[in-house]
Amino acid sequence: MAVILNTKGLRKSFGAVTAAAGISIAVEADSVVGLIGTNGAGKTTFVNMVTGYLKPDAGDIFFKDRDISELHPRDITRLGICRSFQIPQLYDSLSVFENLVIALGIRDRNVHGSMLSRTFKLVPAANPLVVAAAEKSMQRFGLLEYRERAARLLPEGVRKLLDIAMALISEPEVLILDEPTSGVSADEKFAIMDMVMDAVRSHGCTVMFVEHDMDIVTRYAPRVVAFYEGRILADGKAAQVLSDEQVQTYVIGGLRTLGTGASDVSHA
Amino acid sequence: MTHTDKTPFILLLALVVLLALGPFLPNWLFLLTMSLGKGLVVLGLVVLLRTGLVSFGQGLYYCVGAYAVGSLSQFASVKNALLLLLAGTLVSAILATILGFLLANYRGIFFAMLTLALSMIVYGLLVKTSALGSTDGFNVAPASLLGKVISGQRNQYPMFALACIVAFVAAVLTNSYLWTALGQLSSAIRDNEIRVEYMGASVRSAIHTKYVLAGALAGLGGAVTALAIGHIDPEMAYWTTSGEFVFVAILGGTGSVIAPFLGAIIFEFIRTYAYQYSPNTWQLVLGTAMLLVIIFLPAGLWSAFARLRRRT
Amino acid sequence: MTEFLAVLVDGLIYSSWLFLIALGLTLIYGVMKILNMAHGSFYALGAYAAASMVGYWLNHGHAPMASYGILIIAAVLVGVIAGPLVERGLLRFMYGRDEMVLLLVTYALFLILEDVIKLIWGVDPYFVSEPYSLLGTIDIANLTYPYYNFILVGVAVLAGGAVALVLQYTRQGKLLLAVIHDREVSLAMGINVSRFYLVTFTVGTALAAIGGALTAPTVSVVPGMGVEVIVLAFAVVVIGGLGSLQGAALGALIVGLVRSAAVHYLPQVELFCIYTVMALVLIFRPKGLFAAAEVRKI
Repeated sequence: MAVILNTKGLRKSFGAVTAAAGISIAVEADSVVGLIGTNGAGKTTFVNMVTGYLKPDAGDIFFKDRDISELHPRDITRLGICRSFQIPQLYDSLSVFENLVIALGIRDRNVHGSMLSRTFKLVPAANPLVVAAAEKSMQRFGLLEYRERAARLLPEGVRKLLDIAMALISEPEVLILDEPTSGVSADEKFAIMDMVMDAVRSHGCTVMFVEHDMDIVTRYAPRVVAFYEGRILADGKAAQVLSDEQVQTYVIGGLRTLGTGASDVSHA
Repeated sequence: MTHTDKTPFILLLALVVLLALGPFLPNWLFLLTMSLGKGLVVLGLVVLLRTGLVSFGQGLYYCVGAYAVGSLSQFASVKNALLLLLAGTLVSAILATILGFLLANYRGIFFAMLTLALSMIVYGLLVKTSALGSTDGFNVAPASLLGKVISGQRNQYPMFALACIVAFVAAVLTNSYLWTALGQLSSAIRDNEIRVEYMGASVRSAIHTKYVLAGALAGLGGAVTALAIGHIDPEMAYWTTSGEFVFVAILGGTGSVIAPFLGAIIFEFIRTYAYQYSPNTWQLVLGTAMLLVIIFLPAGLWSAFARLRRRT
Repeated sequence: MTEFLAVLVDGLIYSSWLFLIALGLTLIYGVMKILNMAHGSFYALGAYAAASMVGYWLNHGHAPMASYGILIIAAVLVGVIAGPLVERGLLRFMYGRDEMVLLLVTYALFLILEDVIKLIWGVDPYFVSEPYSLLGTIDIANLTYPYYNFILVGVAVLAGGAVALVLQYTRQGKLLLAVIHDREVSLAMGINVSRFYLVTFTVGTALAAIGGALTAPTVSVVPGMGVEVIVLAFAVVVIGGLGSLQGAALGALIVGLVRSAAVHYLPQVELFCIYTVMALVLIFRPKGLFAAAEVRKI
């Protein structure tokens, strides 16, 4: 299968802290990859670099053979890579519906040309196609009952879902989820991931997700990449990586000692 | 949430009413014209306010627009009122585009104080420029339109009518802008810029555009004022002038393009009478009123900074 | 060479004045995250109070040398009365609101105070130049400087030093640093943040008033004298970085010297040099010279 996203030797330091010491990952189209590692291992830094929020100190990032390491997040989004956030990034004073409509408005603008060209047309919310797309998204993620509620008043799990829904609304080719189930209660986390993976499957897109919860990782990620102190400890089939000695010691082991079992440690 | 926006119709109605009633209210025409001019500046401020930005320096463009009109009429003998208004707007827009490159990098307090500083620089420049009359400013030669003399104290109706029409057009256009995808981006930018960038839009260029629009509107307002009063001076760029615009913007709220004009009219009327009775307490009254609005009408103020409730 | 010396001395004097004004502003911002637009009004209040008190003192034939003490006392009185009045009576109800709301509140306060000053002292100018001329003059580099100007320098150094020492070496100072860093955590740790806010605002106000009081003998005290001050103070504080004491000192020094050079060599640009410096600094360091490090948001 073709490699859709390829990073080579990514490096990033913040003063004395090395967040990335040569990260090379090749992701195949339509695959699902889980990124694991303890806090501070460099997973989110990696995601921030791939999505353009941080510039790598060295190394390349290729998306479909195009070098994207110098691009802004907005350009990278337009090219087809979207992400969700560890802490949901929403428009807090706007309703769920309005959040999605804004996202659609931007998407349409990117697809259909300049904003000025829409000067004398009606607001996106009045466009039936936009409304339909927003409704579909809300239905898919179980957000319909929260349609008119302001984002800041939503329960945490719902905020996460909205965050992910907004990322998916651009129908990206690559979707990166940063800790999709952190802060979500144990009984909800599978429901959320099921919803997300269903939505993704109907789009056909490549998924990378960062997770601490090993139950989620084992259930949804055929391939796992383990981070540790800015380096990749192991990269391969889930069963292999998770049973790797070093990974057990430095990643899962480290996580396990915080509680009595893997399912206790699912929060960032 | 599908609906048609009734604002253009309300504006049209207001225009017709004003134009019809005008000849019967000769004593109020000047005040109304001034209010419309200031309302234009406040309209620009509201565009910025919806994005969460408070400019304490709109007086800069108000003044530049006025001085453009004054200079052209006095030194280049341009008499056509429409041309003068256009010139005022254009010069301000160009200046706003240039300054916008710096200002679009800032938010909150920085943005507010930088705009203030910039307007004070212009004030200082004008005060030191004797060719432009220093602190006294200079007079604006009467302009004309379609053969009729517009400015002047004798018949104020033509100027009033011109102001009404100009304000109407500006309000309708601004309203349309606010309903486009870029216009709607204001609340999103105010709430979460990172998310906006990650959705694929440039926050910086959106803010730059809004700043230019605000500058252009302020310039137009200044041009109208210059023609109406027939005199301009550097005081227009002083920060207290800008502060008054901010006050009216907050009072009126950001919910509609009509609010700036209504607010400006009420403000001008109150100010005229307050000044007559007690010039030394005007700022006291203004400041207290502002505090009362901030404390007791948090929804009014809140709609500027937090929640934008659009009514059908 | 003498010209150069004159530039230095003038620069030093002007820098001191700028620093005194900026210090209170940056202190209040650093602790309370409020940019006090009424800062200039407190400066003016200090000037008026000083002019009145010194005028009264001298008119009743008391010792002129004591007028210096009176200046300071007047300023401190302004700080101690106006500061708590404003903080307890108004600002404390606004904490937690958006920083822009607080800016507008202080702007409203500025408007109110400008008229309050006019109501109390009228619109005619006050002159109280005796303290300025009393100490005599000194000749430096062929130019005559009243000794008085060096009092300004002295007070600026003292004020800056005192604040720095208190922050670094006293227990209260360390607690204040905690409040500066994180208000919520400080509250959770049991620090009386409310009291710190009150004290900080009072001190900041007093510093502004001292600046005004010391300036009073050198100018005619008129309504509106506080207006230009807020813009200058902000420029200095922005150059140095909002909330940074060293920043305010460095910013004042840079601006003072640049302006002094302008006055001596190119007088036409005097007005702009402070804004030019500000613009230049902002281009290279958007948040000022000693800006606080930003925490990662996502």
